Formats: sequence, C-alpha cells, structure tokens
Amino acid sequence: MCKVCGCGSDEVMVAGHAHHHDHGDEGHQHHGHAHDHEHKHEHDHEHHHDHSHHYGKGPAGAHVPGLSQSRMVAIEQKILAKNDAYAAANRRFFNDRGILALNLVSSPGSGKTTLLIETIERLKANTPISVIEGDQQTETDADRIRRTGVPAIQINTGKGCHLDGHMVGHALDSLAPQPASLVFIENVGNLVCPAGFDLGEAHKVVILSVTEGEDKPLKYPDMFHAADLMLISKTDLLPHVDFDVARCIDYARRINPGIKALQLSAKTGEGMEAWTRWIAAAHALAMTGAATLAAE
Amino acid sequence: MHEMALCENILQVLEEQAVEQDFAAVKTVWLEIGPLAGVELEALRFSFDAVTSGTLADRAKLVIIETRGEAWCASCAKLVPIQHRFDACPLCGGYRLEILGGEELRIKELEVV
Repeated sequence: MCKVCGCGSDEVMVAGHAHHHDHGDEGHQHHGHAHDHEHKHEHDHEHHHDHSHHYGKGPAGAHVPGLSQSRMVAIEQKILAKNDAYAAANRRFFNDRGILALNLVSSPGSGKTTLLIETIERLKANTPISVIEGDQQTETDADRIRRTGVPAIQINTGKGCHLDGHMVGHALDSLAPQPASLVFIENVGNLVCPAGFDLGEAHKVVILSVTEGEDKPLKYPDMFHAADLMLISKTDLLPHVDFDVARCIDYARRINPGIKALQLSAKTGEGMEAWTRWIAAAHALAMTGAATLAAE
Repeated sequence: MHEMALCENILQVLEEQAVEQDFAAVKTVWLEIGPLAGVELEALRFSFDAVTSGTLADRAKLVIIETRGEAWCASCAKLVPIQHRFDACPLCGGYRLEILGGEELRIKELEVV
C-alpha cells in the first residue's frame, strides 16, 4: 500500500465512484431535465457556496422537478496538480537526503542506456548510484544496468508513454537510495509526453544523437524547453552524418535560452569528462543544505 | 503530450471534487488550455469522451477555452504575442523571450448536479 497516495483508492476511481455520492435521494442524479439549464446562473451562485451540497434534501427529502438542480463549481486547478503533488513529495525526499536525481529523456534509440552505463562506470567508485528504468515493456534495460553492479528498478508503463510522479514514488520506496547518492531516471524513449510530467528530479537532461536531425529542438520544443542540459551524443559518428552541431545548439537556445549543451561519445569517451563534471557540480548543489546530511 | 493521461487526471479531479463538494454527476467541464501547453485539442476531446464514459462525467460536455500565447521580449521590453515556443519576437525578430502566458492546463469550472 502506498504511504503517500494510498493508491488503493485511486484504483477504484473509474469503477466505484457513484456509490459514494448518492445519499438516497436518487432524484438528483436522474432528473437532469433539459430545463435545468435555464435557471442555473440566476439562482445558484449566492446560496450555493455555503450549503451547495443539499439540493433536493429539503424536509421531505424531495426533489422538486423543474427547479434547477445543476450548479457551477469553480475549480481553478491545474490538470496535472496530482502529478505535481507526487513530484513535490519525491523532490522533498531527494532534497532532504542530498540526492541528485536526473531525469534522462530522449527519442528511442538515442543511446541513453549505453551512455548511462558508461557514466555509471566512471562514477560508481566514488558515488553510490541507483537507477529507475522506464520502458513500455521488458526488463532488458534494467538488466543491462544491473550488470554494472548498481541497483536498478524497471518500471514497465504498459500502454503509458511516460513515467509519472506516482510511479517514481513507488520505485523510490523499493530502491531506497542512500543519502548523498545519485539517482538516474531513464524515462521512456519519447520526446513528447515526458516533457509535461514532473517526476521531482533536479534536472531534465535531454539526449540527442547526431544520427537524428539537428532540428529536433524545433520539432519537439516542449522537451527542450523543459530540459536544463542537452547532451549531443554519438559524436564519433559526426564525420559520417550531416548534423550541424552549432545549428542544433542555436535551435535549442531559441526554445530555451538558458539550456547548456555538451557533446560526447559514450563509445570513444570524448566529452564524458565534461558530463561527469556537470553531474558532480549538480550533485554538490543537491547536497548543500540537505537536512539528513546536516544532522550527521 | 499524452491526452489520455490528461483526461484520466481530469477525471480524478472530478471524482475528488464530487466527494468534497457533494455532487453526483458532471454536466459540463470548462478547461483553460494554452497554445504552448502541448495539447492536441481534438485528441483531448476524443480521449475525454472515452475516459469519462460510464463515470460521473458520462456524456459531459467539454468546453475548451483557448488562451493566448504571450511572452516578454527582453530586447524590446514589451509583451508580445506568440503562437509557438520557437517563435521569434514579432517586433525585433530576436529570441530573448520569456513565456508568460499560453502554458495553461487548468480545469476552470464545472456544471454539476
């Protein structure tokens, strides 16, 4: 059972909702006549805010046909408010423990997992690392990561095209990452949907391989807007492809003037040093002021 | 953006509100969506009907209020209209834009019974 969300109750959301709300005056549900509409604005607003709940529950508990039953409810809530709340809980978890969490996003086939393995090999001697792997299906990527010796948990999103804050919260429960460690979250390969779902990470890092188009930042602007760092990967292939690095960075900065860009190749090791330095700097920042670390 | 997931989030909000504000069914949902929110409106409408079918919002009407994209141009020191994230400032052609409006993704109001 989920501590944060009690997701048992979430599961029933589609199936069981109606039962909670009809308190025996079936009337208010079934008598939605068309003429209800005319009255709603004139009558409802004043008296509804306080005791809006008790339509048709007069002394006799009767529903009066023809009297307006529909009312307006102001919500003013972000659609993703719930995901944002899970993400905020994850972020608190990371902040309290001085954990740096990075959300790695890219198209499928950009070489995210290979890059991640190479990164882990360079860092694991000095820093505890754990990995959350998101894919629609298979345990393959988590297996590849585990071969480096670091713990990894695979989330299969099934039909889902992105990880969300709720899934990552559960993964953290199982992984229990150490204080002052690194958590890499490898998102589902998709440059669209993961942009909108905060996971509680410190930074989104977008990976773009030189075998893709340099105009991807313009084609998928939301992701490049959401990321703090762009890694241009597979640079060992640059001599063989038409990929204009300068133009790619220019496009990314049109979307996101503050985005940093690094070029690297997990295969030759070129540029890996700058990437691990960036991680170390971000990690130092993540550890600053962490409640758990200060107490020790 | 994944419109189906958005609709599932909307339905969750409706169900929570139904308990909090004591209503049984939703007749109309007003959403406020900006051009930079990454939402395909037709896909959203389609998903909304699919997701809400058989729920408290079964056959509810979906009204989408489209907001305008707006950015602050640091070069012109003016508010300018934009349609896409990669748009240049319509006044100076530059890209020193800070987006101030158009990312809305909100449930604004409900008509309930």
